[in-house]
Amino acid sequence: QNTRGLRSQLKDSVPVTGMGQQVGAYGVQDTLRSGFSSVKNELLPSHALELSEKNFQLNQDKMNFSNLRNIQGLHAPLKLQMEYRAARQIQRLPFLQSSHLALDTLKGNDESISFEDILNDPSQSEMVGEPHIMMEYKLGLM
Amino acid sequence: MALSNVVETPASGFNFENVSRNVALEGLLEGGHTKAPKPMKTGTTIAGVVCKDGVVLGADTRATSGEVVADKMCAKIHYISPNMYCCGAGTAADTEKTTDLLSSNLTIFSMNSGRNPRVVMAVNILQDMLFRYRGQIGASLILGGVDCTGNHLYTVGPYGSIDKVPYLAMGSGDLAALGILEDRFKPNMELEEAKELVRDAIHSGIMSDLGSGNNIDICVITKQGVDYIRPYQESEYKDKRQRRYKYRPGTTSILTEKIVPLELEVVQETVQRMDTA
Repeated sequence: QNTRGLRSQLKDSVPVTGMGQQVGAYGVQDTLRSGFSSVKNELLPSHALELSEKNFQLNQDKMNFSNLRNIQGLHAPLKLQMEYRAARQIQRLPFLQSSHLALDTLKGNDESISFEDILNDPSQSEMVGEPHIMMEYKLGLM
Repeated sequence: MALSNVVETPASGFNFENVSRNVALEGLLEGGHTKAPKPMKTGTTIAGVVCKDGVVLGADTRATSGEVVADKMCAKIHYISPNMYCCGAGTAADTEKTTDLLSSNLTIFSMNSGRNPRVVMAVNILQDMLFRYRGQIGASLILGGVDCTGNHLYTVGPYGSIDKVPYLAMGSGDLAALGILEDRFKPNMELEEAKELVRDAIHSGIMSDLGSGNNIDICVITKQGVDYIRPYQESEYKDKRQRRYKYRPGTTSILTEKIVPLELEVVQETVQRMDTA
C-alpha cells in the first residue's frame, strides 16, 4: 500500500469561487455594475441552500453520468453528452426567450414539475438586460 | 426597461437575493422589538391506520399562526391521486405546495405510462424533493394509499426520512394520539373499528395539545374508492353567533333602475366532435 503516492497527489491550494461576483476587465471586481464588494458578501453564501442549489443540476448530472459509465461503459455517457451539446447550441441569443424544447426532452424535464417550473419563470422576469451588454458578456468581450 | 447591470437571465427556481437583507431587517425593525410575521403552521394531530380493507387517515382542523388560531376549518388531508391521500403537519404552505407538486408529478406519470401510480413511487418522489432542500421545507407527511400491491401507510419527515408502519401519528399532538393507537391497534381490523380508533386518537390529540382542535376529518381509502368525510365529528365548542351579520335585502334603497337588453343573434354554429378514444 503506497500511501505516500496518494499524498503526492494532494493539491497545495483549494480554488475559492465567489458567489455572484461579476468580473470586469482585467479580472477585477466590476464596481460600476455590481457596487462595492465585501469579503463576507462575496465568499460566504447567505443561505444554507444557496451553494447546493446553484450546483444541484451539475452535481446530479455528474452523478448520473458516472453511474451510467460504470454500468454500461464509456460509450453511454459520451453519446448522451454529445446529444446534450447539440441541443444546447440551437438556442436563441441570450436576451431572448428560448424554449429549450430539445434540451428538456433529453433531460426528462418535460415529464416532471418542480420548483424550477413554478418559481421565478425567466419569461416573467421583471428585469430585462440590455442586448448589447448581454452579448458581450456571453462572448467574453466584456 | 432594459437594465445594464443584468448580464444573464436569472435562473429559475429559488432566489436567495433577499436573504441577507431580511436578516438585517429583523434586527433593524424598531431595535429588534418588531418581528416578521410568523408563517401559518398546522400544529396538528394527524393519524393513520392500516386495516383489513384499506387505509384510514384522520386529522384535526386547526391552523395556528403563533399563538392565534388562523383557520378553524383547515383541510389537512390532501389529494394526491385517486388511490392516495396525504395528511400534512408542519408549515401549512409547505405541506400544500409539496403535496400539490407530488400530485402533479404523479398525474403526468400516469398519463405517460397509462398506469396507476404506486404508493412507493409517491414516497420516493417526496423523499428526493425533501432531502434536496435539507429540511428547509417544513413538511411532515403521512401518506396512505391502496394500490395493486396492497394497503400502505408511510411517514415522511421534513429531512426526507421515511418509515413504513401499520399505524402512525404525527404533529404536535402525536404523543397523545400514539398512546391511544398503541393501546387498541390490532392487525387486520374491520373498517368501522379502524374509523373509531382513528377518531379516538385524534380526539385525544385535540384534548391534550394546544395546537390541535376544532373538528375531526376522516378519509377512508379502499380498493373500491375513497370516502372523504369532512367533518367526521364537529367540535362541541363550536361558537353560536348571537346575531346575523349579513345585510337584509332592501337595506340600501334603489334610486333608479335601467335595463338594457343585449341583443345577440346566433350567426353560425359548428359542432366539432372530440376524439376521446
